[in-house]
Amino acid sequence: MNTAIAFLLSMTFLISIGGLFLMVWGLANDQWGDGVAASKSIFAEGEVGRVEDPAATPQQREDLREEKHAGDLTIDQEELDERRVYDRSSRRPVLWWLGSSVMWLLLGSVYGIVASLKLHIPDWLGGQEVLTFGRIRPAHLNVVAYGWASMSGVGVGLWLIPRLFKTELRGRGYATAGAIIWNIGLLAGITAIIAGFSSGLEWLEMPWQTDVLLVIGGALAAVPLMLTVLVRRVHHLYVSAWYLIAALVWFPMLFITGNLHHLFTGTEQAILNWWFAHNVLGLWMTPLGLAAAYYLIPKITGTPIYSYTLSLIGFWALALFYSQVGIHHLIGGPVPTWLSTLSIVTSVMMIIPVVAVAVNHHMTVLPRWRMVLISPTLRFVVVGAMMYTLASLQGSMEALRSVNTITHFTHYTVSHAHLGVYGFLSFIMFGSMYFILPRLVGWEWPYAWAISAHFWLVSAGFAIYFVPLSIGGWLQGLAMLDASVPFMDSMRLTLPYLTARSVGGSLMTLGHLVFAVHFFMVLLRLGPRRELPAEFVLGRLVGGRAGVTRAPDPTSLPGGGAVASEARA
Amino acid sequence: MTRVLGIIGGVGMILLYATLMLVVMPTIQLRTGEDPPEALEPYTESQLAGRQHYISLGCVYCHSQQPRDPSQAPDMARGWGRPSVPSDYSYDNPHLLGTMRTGPDLLNIGARQPSVDWHMAHLYQPRAVSPGSIMAPYPFLFREVEYLGDRRALTLPPEYAPRDGTYIVPTQRATELVDYLLSLDRTYPAEELPVADPDAEPEVPVEPTAGTGDEEPRAAADMAMERTR
Repeated sequence: MNTAIAFLLSMTFLISIGGLFLMVWGLANDQWGDGVAASKSIFAEGEVGRVEDPAATPQQREDLREEKHAGDLTIDQEELDERRVYDRSSRRPVLWWLGSSVMWLLLGSVYGIVASLKLHIPDWLGGQEVLTFGRIRPAHLNVVAYGWASMSGVGVGLWLIPRLFKTELRGRGYATAGAIIWNIGLLAGITAIIAGFSSGLEWLEMPWQTDVLLVIGGALAAVPLMLTVLVRRVHHLYVSAWYLIAALVWFPMLFITGNLHHLFTGTEQAILNWWFAHNVLGLWMTPLGLAAAYYLIPKITGTPIYSYTLSLIGFWALALFYSQVGIHHLIGGPVPTWLSTLSIVTSVMMIIPVVAVAVNHHMTVLPRWRMVLISPTLRFVVVGAMMYTLASLQGSMEALRSVNTITHFTHYTVSHAHLGVYGFLSFIMFGSMYFILPRLVGWEWPYAWAISAHFWLVSAGFAIYFVPLSIGGWLQGLAMLDASVPFMDSMRLTLPYLTARSVGGSLMTLGHLVFAVHFFMVLLRLGPRRELPAEFVLGRLVGGRAGVTRAPDPTSLPGGGAVASEARA
Repeated sequence: MTRVLGIIGGVGMILLYATLMLVVMPTIQLRTGEDPPEALEPYTESQLAGRQHYISLGCVYCHSQQPRDPSQAPDMARGWGRPSVPSDYSYDNPHLLGTMRTGPDLLNIGARQPSVDWHMAHLYQPRAVSPGSIMAPYPFLFREVEYLGDRRALTLPPEYAPRDGTYIVPTQRATELVDYLLSLDRTYPAEELPVADPDAEPEVPVEPTAGTGDEEPRAAADMAMERTR
């Protein structure tokens, strides 16, 4: 028997036995029993049942209140005051990471549109070497992956850390420095790609010399996590914390190993390449997105997560299965059969963590689904969580050989990648920022219509992007498999779908522009004041100290005025 | 603290295990007993430089270099060559297997289209020789000159021809890139037999092995390459 297969079988056996022992040990030591307490650990005493959306208008808050009535418990004011201190402690690094990510989002959108247009207008800007498709496309990928997705994910993570561990963020200077170094590294890396110094490996195009800066920047961002964990004041580690810790362990392992690709040649290097590339999605972006969703969905709806035990299964199953799916990118290629089979099996096994997470997220929202229609923040997060379910299940199907034969090498894969990174991660990041920014800056989103415009532009744009491109990609795959169809026709038939993609992408970019202007208006405290950020949807003042009956000046308060409002009521 | 360490250790170990399975094991398997095929020449200096231009201009984002088995896709019928095997890539660093076929597979483009003139015109303006193509043009790899000297000018259809009295000539980069493209030729017989099912009739023409027939089917079963099911 092949040694690799023998090894695989014996490892599977050992891991199963090990897992069984762990489970028996966990049951014997009551490790499964603290779910309810743990799921409530993100709420203050008496906070469960209170709806919170800092981006909502007064009218929306009224409507939200009708959807969910708070209990009679009095809320623990002291804990809310402490939370303001936590938010203030993470303010500077979070704003650095998030602000940078929004700038990268704009650049990434422009690159995306240019690349998309070039596919159906090939001679447009064709004479410029720095604008050729083969450079704009990798620049787009690296900007959105390492600029937008990674930086927004780290920013949201840094904001979550003090809230999850109930203590101030320690070592925040490291995280701020990390953002600056990360930005410099990324700028250098993108410049290298545009100038023609790509390393040639997808997802690893930036030269290792600039990747070093990303490793340093990322490591600096992980320092506050470790320092804060050491002084945490909670017994339970909330599920978001697991995902954050895991992501920050995984990313350096992946990124450093990926950059050792010079030690490999040919097929071996392709294997390393796709092991890395899919893990960036699965073990870096996904945990960051899920950490945010696991915090925000319960927080906004005022409901603890549906099943805490399920989230435990979802987390460990994701770690075990997602880490092994990468070689489904080489199905049908010159790699050993057992290897792609392993990745196909684990890709399908991903259904377990995905369904676990889906049940948890969607069952938490379902009884209060009308809130999705009202709350601007929740709308983004819930749509993002739904796209996670869809993208993951689609991914499991795409790994099957029968499907992969059609979809591989086509635009269907491109479309699928955007369902994951855009539909899932970006939507959750948008929602997170709508929640976080008023808290940190002490300034509300000035225009409610801009939030709606952002949502509908990116949603409609993405639908116009995703649906036609998936259909076009599928037809392209079928045409390529048909020997009687000339190859040229498989390309030609995609042209209308590629044009639709450009239309959708333009709408998405327009939405990003609205969002970015709005974002920096809050950051600079511009635009009309609405009122102070609402802490809870309640008909009474909850945040102010006794005697405060009108909205005080935000700047005079700790936490930059992150105080409850509804003072008028 | 135990839990934090448990998570850090747990997720670290899981990724190590995945790396062992997905990277280390296949690398060990692929490296043992596999020499570059005799028929495969290492790249020349000019071809390597051309390969660097191929990377720098991002050709890999539209062109794969991995023809598939006939039982999976009609790549051979399209003239893209036999299914590739790991040893075909012995000199490839970085690898350029690719994930997209907006354009055709290029692993055997040198055998399929050996004309330098065609490649030059195609790179300068793909639609000059391939109407309807959506490939990016690379005019910056060429120069417009008034005195030809002993250089060879591009032959272009009238709508893409330069103004009268001038000629389009390739720069060194274009020459190197075409040099690389012409080196893409893996038409020699594969060393390992790529089989999906050891009992099935081989669908790929393979050089008959000298021998009595009762030998071990060499690395074939061990090295069963991912082809199709």
